[in-house]
Amino acid sequence: SSSSGDEALRDKRARILSRGLPKQKPIEGVKQVVVVASGKGGVGKSTTAVNIALALAANDSTKEVGLLDADIYGPSIPKMMNLKGNPELTPKNLMRPLKNYGIACMSMGFLIEETAPVVWRGLMVMSAVEKLLRQVDWGELDYLVIDMPPGTGDVQLSVSQNIPIAGAVIVSTPQDVALLDAHKGAEMFRKVHVPVLGLVQNMSVFQCPKCKHETHIFGADGVRDLAKTLGLDILGDVPLHVNIRETCDSGQPVVISQPQSDA
Amino acid sequence: TLAERSNLAGVRHILLVLSGKGGVGKSTLSTELALALQNAGKKVGILDVDLCGPSIPRMLRVQDSAVHQCDSGWVPVFAGQDKAIALMSIGFLLERPDEAVVWRGPKKNALIKQFVTDVAWGDLDFLIVDTPPGTSDEHISTVEALRPYQLLGAILVTTPQ
Repeated sequence: SSSSGDEALRDKRARILSRGLPKQKPIEGVKQVVVVASGKGGVGKSTTAVNIALALAANDSTKEVGLLDADIYGPSIPKMMNLKGNPELTPKNLMRPLKNYGIACMSMGFLIEETAPVVWRGLMVMSAVEKLLRQVDWGELDYLVIDMPPGTGDVQLSVSQNIPIAGAVIVSTPQDVALLDAHKGAEMFRKVHVPVLGLVQNMSVFQCPKCKHETHIFGADGVRDLAKTLGLDILGDVPLHVNIRETCDSGQPVVISQPQSDA
Repeated sequence: TLAERSNLAGVRHILLVLSGKGGVGKSTLSTELALALQNAGKKVGILDVDLCGPSIPRMLRVQDSAVHQCDSGWVPVFAGQDKAIALMSIGFLLERPDEAVVWRGPKKNALIKQFVTDVAWGDLDFLIVDTPPGTSDEHISTVEALRPYQLLGAILVTTPQ
């Protein structure tokens, strides 16, 4: 009697609180959404997202793949995909994504000058993210890969509250401070009910190009231990290789330019 | 208010550490800079406004410390070998070190204001402010909250990539 009264109170509270939240609605034409996140900055989210999108397309040429750069403050996708320019508008006033290597891309980077900072508070960021999700003519996509910014804040919340997400991939380096943030990232997805597909251990080992000696610059196997603690799979282990960085900086991601390499 | 003015009144210089990009070494640099200044005989404090990914407590090995109150507000945690670096971070306010802080802008702004006005920093030669990646709420709020005081300037950290 008193416990059912408590439950009724909790339900009522949840209903009142959720009235202000955006309703989750899938993007028209997009079958599955995969987000690439981390919590920590600079661990290789954009690099991983770009190469995942290209790999999905390369594995099955019948699949249509899109790539959304949700990092409003530091959009890296335009540079990595070698794309520039303002998107055209369709007759229905939707933005047409820019295409390269067969992937349809949209990013804040196409809407502002390359060096212009975006110094916005959360509310403006929310509305920008909405536009990048819904006011784009994505067409029919089998997969939409979303590159998230670092942190666990407005953008992550807006995206997960706005659209159904098939799964999240969390990228981290083996370094302790990176793992701490990756753990927070995983917990954030648990809080917003997004399934975490697994972890990617990036920058795991560096091999000297001259003597081939291997150094674990950021520590060894930290991500594997975290995966075990959280009960998640390791989806991949990527070494710290100069080719990966060089090809990203020049807009020819390693999956396309060197498909046979270890990376 | 009188309390606001007094908590930062003893701080001589404020240094912001920024980057835009994540993972370039802001927290690492902030910590090393604080230690170097301390070695040179200065009184130093670090304000960690990275609310989503606070790294400084762990870097100075005080991640298990708790924050206490005094009449002028919160007492910073003293870290470093001589326990002489005054440190404030959201890391000390979490129940567990891996607890996720999933907040929108307005809540973050409120906490940053409190970190600036309600921490009893005492007499410091330098207050180093470590920021998160990006150019968002945390940065805008921090600069706005610190504007009335002598904001010395900002250091930008980047890698060559």
